[in-house]
Amino acid sequence: MSEGAEVDATTYTLDGSTGPWEVVIGLEVHAQVISNAKLFSGASTTFGAEPNTQVSFVDAAFPGMLPVINRECVAQAVRTGLGLDAHINLTSRFDRKNYFYADLPAGYQISQYAHPIVGAGSVEIELADGSTKQIGITRLHLEQDAGKSLHDQHPTKSYIDLNRAGVALMEIVSEPDLRSPEEAGAYLRKVRTILRYLGTCDGNMEEGSLRADVNVSVRHPGEPFRTRCEVKNVNSVRFVMQAIEAEARRQIAVWEDGGTVDQETRLFDPARGATRSMRSKEDAHDYRYFPDPDLLPLVLDEHWIAELKAGLPELPDAKKRRFMKDYGLPAYDAGVLVAEQATADFYEAVARGRDAKLAANWVLGDFFAALNRTGRTIADSPVSAASLGKLLDLMADATINGRIAKEVFEAMVETARDPAEIIDERGLRQVTDTGAIDVAVDAVLAANPDKVAEFKGGKDKLFGFFVGQVMKAMAGKGNPALVNEALRRRLS
Amino acid sequence: MLDLTIARAREGLRSRAFSARDLTEAHLGAVRTLNPVLNAYITVTDELALQQADAADARIARGDEAPLLGIPLAVKDLFCTQGVRTTAGSAILGPFVPPYESTVTANLLRDGAVFLGKANMDEFAMGSSNMTSAYGPVASPWKRRQDRAAVLVPGGSSGGSAAAVAARIALGATGTDTGGSIRQPASFSGIAGIKPTYGRCSRWGIVAFASSLDQAGPLARTVEDCAIMLGSMAGHDPKDSTSADRPVPDYVAACRRGVAGLRIGVPREYRADGMPGEIEALWQQGLAWLREAGAEIVDVSLPHTKYGLATYYIVAPAEASSNLARYDGVRFGLREDGADLRELYERTRAKGFGAEVRRRVLIGTYVLSAGYYDAYYLRAQKVRALILRDFTEAFRHVDALVTPTAPSAAFAQGENMDDPVKMYLNDVFTVPASMAGVPGMSVPAGLDANGLPLGLQVIGRPFDEETVFAVSAAIEAAAGFDAKPDLSLLAA
Repeated sequence: MSEGAEVDATTYTLDGSTGPWEVVIGLEVHAQVISNAKLFSGASTTFGAEPNTQVSFVDAAFPGMLPVINRECVAQAVRTGLGLDAHINLTSRFDRKNYFYADLPAGYQISQYAHPIVGAGSVEIELADGSTKQIGITRLHLEQDAGKSLHDQHPTKSYIDLNRAGVALMEIVSEPDLRSPEEAGAYLRKVRTILRYLGTCDGNMEEGSLRADVNVSVRHPGEPFRTRCEVKNVNSVRFVMQAIEAEARRQIAVWEDGGTVDQETRLFDPARGATRSMRSKEDAHDYRYFPDPDLLPLVLDEHWIAELKAGLPELPDAKKRRFMKDYGLPAYDAGVLVAEQATADFYEAVARGRDAKLAANWVLGDFFAALNRTGRTIADSPVSAASLGKLLDLMADATINGRIAKEVFEAMVETARDPAEIIDERGLRQVTDTGAIDVAVDAVLAANPDKVAEFKGGKDKLFGFFVGQVMKAMAGKGNPALVNEALRRRLS
Repeated sequence: MLDLTIARAREGLRSRAFSARDLTEAHLGAVRTLNPVLNAYITVTDELALQQADAADARIARGDEAPLLGIPLAVKDLFCTQGVRTTAGSAILGPFVPPYESTVTANLLRDGAVFLGKANMDEFAMGSSNMTSAYGPVASPWKRRQDRAAVLVPGGSSGGSAAAVAARIALGATGTDTGGSIRQPASFSGIAGIKPTYGRCSRWGIVAFASSLDQAGPLARTVEDCAIMLGSMAGHDPKDSTSADRPVPDYVAACRRGVAGLRIGVPREYRADGMPGEIEALWQQGLAWLREAGAEIVDVSLPHTKYGLATYYIVAPAEASSNLARYDGVRFGLREDGADLRELYERTRAKGFGAEVRRRVLIGTYVLSAGYYDAYYLRAQKVRALILRDFTEAFRHVDALVTPTAPSAAFAQGENMDDPVKMYLNDVFTVPASMAGVPGMSVPAGLDANGLPLGLQVIGRPFDEETVFAVSAAIEAAAGFDAKPDLSLLAA
């Protein structure tokens, strides 16, 4: 664990003409809540519907319409807070954030400015060198999403789609604890993993259901914080990492040219690999926050929170610890297996009652490779956990050996069929008949008298050559242990 | 037939002395004669009213005894009515026709009411004279004895509602009250009107002015008629998060309770400097009537009364500035095109909003701005809590409070127009109950030297409208108020 406050050999820095610069990063993650209905209206939240088909009069801010809180969205926020190991505030409040824009129908966004539903928490990230670091969560609050402005549909007009208007968002604000693009990437991936485990956000950055605002500043090691800039609406982990480095380098150049970094909102342009100013502090909106008089304070019952807590799934950190302890997996393997709930579930289905390490090797090795090659996911994998497990069983009971297993597995990927059927059909059953093995051994030795002589002359390495030749002669089906034993007997 | 109370009209309908169609036609005829002079209705819905009357007659024939079957009412044009244009007294809503019915008007329709049309009002309910309506001022049917040429105001903002009821072109009307908009016009127009406890009537479907203060209530010619109407209008509505989930008591029965044994408080801070002697005298008379009816009169103090108006004119405009942001020309109502979005907003809102609305939006925006929020809005909220505490404390000692409703009788159109603050002073006695959310009712109690009506205000505990009705009914009975405007003077 590294605290990151002092510079050591592992601290990420960018070199400037005035020496090394440390990068200070905080993330605001906007996560769209998984719920059937919007935060304050009964309209549906399905992504990809025809424009303006999922809009209630409340969402469109018609006269006299009033918001009513959706309890399921509140439950999702509480679950997420619990998953972030955070304090749940029993009383929170909704404020209005006032500004004019065409895709903000009411002229204000209902958000939790002063009193969020979730307070301080923390997330553990793991870095490439295997070290871990705790990243502080400042708060999580609920707010409404805005609609979408489409500027490319008409030469002079903008189109407005309000389907997204009023969908519940969780804004998860981190402390400025991140010190490198790698840490920021690891943090964002970890938060996404937790959200997906909890089922509170699908974490789909391409569809915009997870977006990040990145706060970046730079400083010489040991200095207090300098002015930060906020890079808005970055929509992939890779772009977050690129945006941080680009923005940090820009700020370093400004400071080193004798200038000052102005607090402002910027946008990242992935094509140029650079950030550009969106609005300066002077142009910043005065949002005129005040408590929304249409809504009562949100008061939560401790028993209800306890119920939600009891219903939480096992989260990635706990699962990783359990995989290491129960299955004897190394930290790295366990970490990869728990990154997605579906992978972890698949692995456990294969490992249960079997050689857990062997199961991990198969899932992380041949199985992942096959998914990559075929462009499939666990959900539409041709090889189910049950059939991969069966394959492992067939190895365990010596029906096939490990080499044949690879061949059978490839056939399973191609045909999606049961391994036992493939083995029977192709006659791949392992030969354990010592008589047959002896015949093969004798034939190989008889065909290679010179090699036998060399071996007996001390060239021990040739033993492997004989094993290979015998297996080849037996079309790979010989039981490796019995083949070894027979060879050793004949050559001694 | 036009002079009937709702209670008597109900008897006539049930005994088949006349039909709902007869009653509605009589009212529509009077509307045709008087509305060109009074401008009490912005929209008259003749055909719809007759359909509703016929439907009511059919229900009566089946023996249905719904409380408002066949009763012709006016609906303040702040209530959204499905299929019927709703203006909020503003040009900015343009030709807006709501595709939904407000909860309160839906409740009235459920109980058989007939809607004659949409009543004129101050723009967005901002005003005390009905002079700010984009659809022209409303004339009061009352005339000064000495100056019959002067056209008086009916009060506001529910001015059209009050004028219609006073002029016998509706048996009752809905109003809304944010700082006195039911009680002050009731007082000016010689009728009764109650602002119930905040949360008693649903705000869903009522165009919002100041969400934490807005309450719907009835205006009618007797206390009992108000009780009948409120019984239908009130009730919990899950679509309004601030609506109170409590049963609606029998308000009509409460009117007959009497006041024997009740303790009636007289807040000494309401003895404003410069209060006209006739109003002071009427107040004392009212207290004497209650004492004679068996109540005990007690001096109480509401020490923060003097801050009520100033506080109100921070809180209400603040909320209004946010509530009115949705009138932006994008989705409904008036649109004035511009070269870009900002120009569209500016031109639409400059054209659509009148001077008083613009003034309050500016005040509200100012008091919520960064740097001013704490000094204005936050401080106002603290004072508001103190005002509520004043009432809570007073109600530990008394069952109801009695005060004048307004500091003067009706003034003429054009008077008080030079100084907005002078106009705001109209609400000095009604605003504190609004800030505290407690119920308040104006009951006609006498005439001034000009022959103009004056009202007394009865204020009760939260959700204790029953005591308010009981005390108001006692004042009404003792006052024997039977003055009527001389409609013959109104010929165009």
